[in-house]
Amino acid sequence: MLKTEQAYLAIVIGASAGGLYALSALLEKLPADFRLPLIVVQHRSKDHREILEEVLQSKCKVKVKQVDEKERIEDNCVYIAPPDYHLLIENDRTFSLSCDEYVRFSRPSIDVLFESAAMVYRNKLIGIILTGANNDGAAGIKTIDASGGLTIAQSPQEAQFPVMPEAAINTKGVKQIRSIAEIATFLVNIQDE
Amino acid sequence: MNFEDKEFRGLLESIRYTYGYDFTDYAEASVRRRINHFMNFKKITALNELEGMILKDEKLFESFIQELSVTVTEMFRDPAFYKSLRENAIKRLATYPFIKVWIAGCATGEEVYSIAILLKEEGLLNRSVIYATDINQKSLQVAREAVYPVENMQSYTINYQKAGGTNSFSEYYKSKYNSVMFDKSLKQNIVFSPHNLAVDKSFNEFQLIICRNVLIYFNQQLQNKVIQLFHESLCPFGLLGLGNKESLLFSEKRMNFDEVDRKEKIFIKNS
Repeated sequence: MLKTEQAYLAIVIGASAGGLYALSALLEKLPADFRLPLIVVQHRSKDHREILEEVLQSKCKVKVKQVDEKERIEDNCVYIAPPDYHLLIENDRTFSLSCDEYVRFSRPSIDVLFESAAMVYRNKLIGIILTGANNDGAAGIKTIDASGGLTIAQSPQEAQFPVMPEAAINTKGVKQIRSIAEIATFLVNIQDE
Repeated sequence: MNFEDKEFRGLLESIRYTYGYDFTDYAEASVRRRINHFMNFKKITALNELEGMILKDEKLFESFIQELSVTVTEMFRDPAFYKSLRENAIKRLATYPFIKVWIAGCATGEEVYSIAILLKEEGLLNRSVIYATDINQKSLQVAREAVYPVENMQSYTINYQKAGGTNSFSEYYKSKYNSVMFDKSLKQNIVFSPHNLAVDKSFNEFQLIICRNVLIYFNQQLQNKVIQLFHESLCPFGLLGLGNKESLLFSEKRMNFDEVDRKEKIFIKNS
């Protein structure tokens, strides 16, 4: 694999319908010492406050936790956006939450996370779009790409719901189209560089 | 969206200086997002252009401030919170001859009427006064009118039932065309008033303060200041209800509160 010039600082992931399976498949391939913070928006029901975290933790060797307001972003942790709040990243690399109106019919919205992450991490960010049945995240992917970050979409052939990765790909802002297994290998390799 | 830090801080300072609205201690990411939204809407491309325009044009500033300070909510949002209030707060409140409630950051009023309904069902509304405040005048106007889209009622009814509601929710409003208007009897003891948590002082003493999903918009310093303000404004053993993801963790006053319901973020002032 080619050496990249930039050392990445964070990974943001967006998933919607079918995301639980895709995220599980991705997270279970990460080693316990996976360094980069992984920040996830999965569209979810607001009626179940912690179940998603518990399910993902059962598959993943890295610590999985729901984001707390003002929490500092640390390495070696998977952060999940809480239900019914938008998740944003501040310049000092802490999280903030908002109850602003739905974006793309979603709260948390992938676009909101991706756009604020792109502002903070610029070209040190990796943005990944997984399965989903809507177009949330497409604008966010475009922003990450425009800020010099690396953008990846799950291959629509593999995705349980291809609409979301396709929408991201259609913005022409996606650099790589990969299967879940390939994304996992790529992430593990890139952090070793 | 990539405006420079210096320009951004400069804009907030000019707003504070010119109009007295202080956003300098707000959590930045949301403010930036909202400013960006406003600029896209008004087809303004540069931050200094925006600054020049709103400093000259008070009307434009009014619409800018609406965009910057508007919050959205729903009736009985997080039903478990209201259920816990019923179970943990009502008995305490009932011991007072006269109950004062402050709903700080009441937005468009959905929460205010939720609390009014709860107090009514517990037989306390006629000896309560609810002070409902918000920074946003337009939101307050909507709150005063108590008119909401009819399509929201289905989800509000479900929330109401989950919150332990004892009546039929539809008894509280009348439908007209595509809107519903909440019953006047709920409004009798509500005082709506502008209040800016970032700059305004305490104005009364309360048995219950509810401030949900407002602190998340503030930085730690301002959060701390506002919790101080709530502490000053609560009577001994007064109750404080925060949003689901909010806590007193970063507050200097955290030792002055005990948890009544850790999960639903209801606290009691102990000293």
